[in-house]
Amino acid sequence: MGITQQAADRAERDAIRKRWLLSAPALTIIFFAAIGPLAVVVLYSFMVKGDYGDVKYWQFSLDGWFNVVAERDMFDDTLGLAWANISIFWRSLKLSFITTIVTLFFGFPTAYLIATRAPNKRDLWLFLITIPFWTNILIRTFAMQEVIRNEGIVNSALMGMGLVDQPVQIMFTDWAILFGMVYVYLPLMVLPLYASMEKLDFRLVEAGYDLYANRLQVLRRIIIPLVKPGIVAGCILVFIPSLGAYVIPRVLGGGKNMMLGNLIDLQFGQGRNWPLGSALSITLMIIVTLALLVYVRNTSKGGGHGHV
Amino acid sequence: MAAGQTAIEAKGVTKQFGAGQDAVKALDNVSVSIRQNEFFTLLGPSGCGKTTLLRLIAGFDFPTEGEILLYGENIAPLPPYKRPVNTVFQSYALFPHMTVAQNIGFGLEMLGKPRAEIDERVSQMLRLVRMEELANRRTSQISGGQQQRVALARALAPAPKVLLLDEPLSALDYKLRKDMQIELKRLQHETGITFIFVTHDQEEALTMSDRIAVMSKGKILQIGSPRDIYDRPSVRFVANFIGETNFIEGEVAEVVGGKAMVKLNGGGVVAAGVPETLKPEGKVTVVVRPEHADLVAHGGKADLWGRLENVVYFGTDTHYYVKLDGGETFIIRQQNSHGGGTGHAVGDAVGVALEPNSAQLVRD
Repeated sequence: MGITQQAADRAERDAIRKRWLLSAPALTIIFFAAIGPLAVVVLYSFMVKGDYGDVKYWQFSLDGWFNVVAERDMFDDTLGLAWANISIFWRSLKLSFITTIVTLFFGFPTAYLIATRAPNKRDLWLFLITIPFWTNILIRTFAMQEVIRNEGIVNSALMGMGLVDQPVQIMFTDWAILFGMVYVYLPLMVLPLYASMEKLDFRLVEAGYDLYANRLQVLRRIIIPLVKPGIVAGCILVFIPSLGAYVIPRVLGGGKNMMLGNLIDLQFGQGRNWPLGSALSITLMIIVTLALLVYVRNTSKGGGHGHV
Repeated sequence: MAAGQTAIEAKGVTKQFGAGQDAVKALDNVSVSIRQNEFFTLLGPSGCGKTTLLRLIAGFDFPTEGEILLYGENIAPLPPYKRPVNTVFQSYALFPHMTVAQNIGFGLEMLGKPRAEIDERVSQMLRLVRMEELANRRTSQISGGQQQRVALARALAPAPKVLLLDEPLSALDYKLRKDMQIELKRLQHETGITFIFVTHDQEEALTMSDRIAVMSKGKILQIGSPRDIYDRPSVRFVANFIGETNFIEGEVAEVVGGKAMVKLNGGGVVAAGVPETLKPEGKVTVVVRPEHADLVAHGGKADLWGRLENVVYFGTDTHYYVKLDGGETFIIRQQNSHGGGTGHAVGDAVGVALEPNSAQLVRD
């Protein structure tokens, strides 16, 4: 009995050691690629900024975090809110939210269309959806600029038809950023939506029609609750990169209409304020995490859905 | 709405899928009329068009040609949610994001009934299918048989004029299927709703139905009571599909008093019933059920002659395989009596005596 117990203990120890060895490569990558860099960013956000960029090592200060939302007046040194930063936060949240809604609006019927095609035709449609990914985002953004600039396709067409006599200013406005983000992130909405619609049992849709639900009621009471995981995934996949968008607001929004990505870039570049840049990055991460938490909570309690 | 009134009627219904060369006729000029409060079964092998006809009545597909009348009103162009007809699906198609009670109440809710009425009706339905304790379970937390009951309750709750059942018992095991057959008959009796039941299981059709329509290749071959269909099949396919049958070839000699006197290829003459749709002349096929014939010893009074080829004992009955002089093999099924022997040995010359009125002509 004692011997078998010992043998069992040793076998268990071996099994545990084997598990650690097997997961070592993954753990190494997670440490060096995810946790390590993140720790550096957090550390930098608490240091004193260097005079020409970088930080003064091991001199700690809360200035970086302080400057995220507040600033001292240049002349009389009074404290005030950093309205420039706050307006950029607000614009980022607003545009990302609208982008998510608009891509959902267009992505949902697109995904439904693909999911209801014959199985052998679906691959072709999915292939078409993914074609834009083959092109660099910078080139796609410049292409968008070509469409919406004052001498671009849209304005030429509008003026050609005599609908306007002055070009409509779209470039360097929030609209331009919105158009760009909707265009670039739409596939990220369609693909997860399609993935969950493909699994949808369309006999349930028939059962809904059979039980006197019209098209709108079937959509609201049966299809949407059942593809909710896809909706949530699509919204996350669009909202998060939108919030950190850099190229699109840089090219289409110009210098004035910055988003968070551009603000962070500014601090590490001309601003020479690495602690502030780091603090802004962490703030962005916190917002994303909060958004994710909201989504997760919404989906996990989605069970009680169905009754009013 | 008197009993015996026509509840639903298909008039010259054709359904074609695809177009051009790939076109497939799932239903070919089908006409049938189903009476109120009837348990009507569409029976046939898979691909015969029975489910297509059901889907046309439900409104999931629309006929290429023809009309579907519900109490005289053509419902063929209406979407399913405007038809007072409900379906029990083969897969049950219960909504996985709702509880049992929410599933049952869904139809009433969509009809805009007040909450109190829905709750009342739902508990009534739960009682009807004996599922009261499981009202708040998710549909994934109940067994297949229970899901079946919920699907029934959900379809019955809005009190449809016609209930469509698409092979609802096929996913259940044998014992449960037997119970549900009785349960379905009870529900139909208690609710007084017209049931249209689709199945490929002939036994199920025979035990449950008031009338059966046997279908093959998009056409209805014969409509009648289970006894009609079994005892007096009018088409070779029907005789073959339902139960076991002996087919004997022959030629009509004369017609006497509504009976065709058929001269059989192997010698002998039998009097065979003639279905309405058949003209008794020329070469014909006669069918006789195995249990409607008796084995007689050589020299006795018999209609057919041959040699006993094989005897198979089945417990409740014994099957005798007789090689007829005409070449066909004739099967006789005889119920066993206690301690009884047969007195016939394999290889004996024997005769086959047909019961009166047991032979029937069939169309090909």
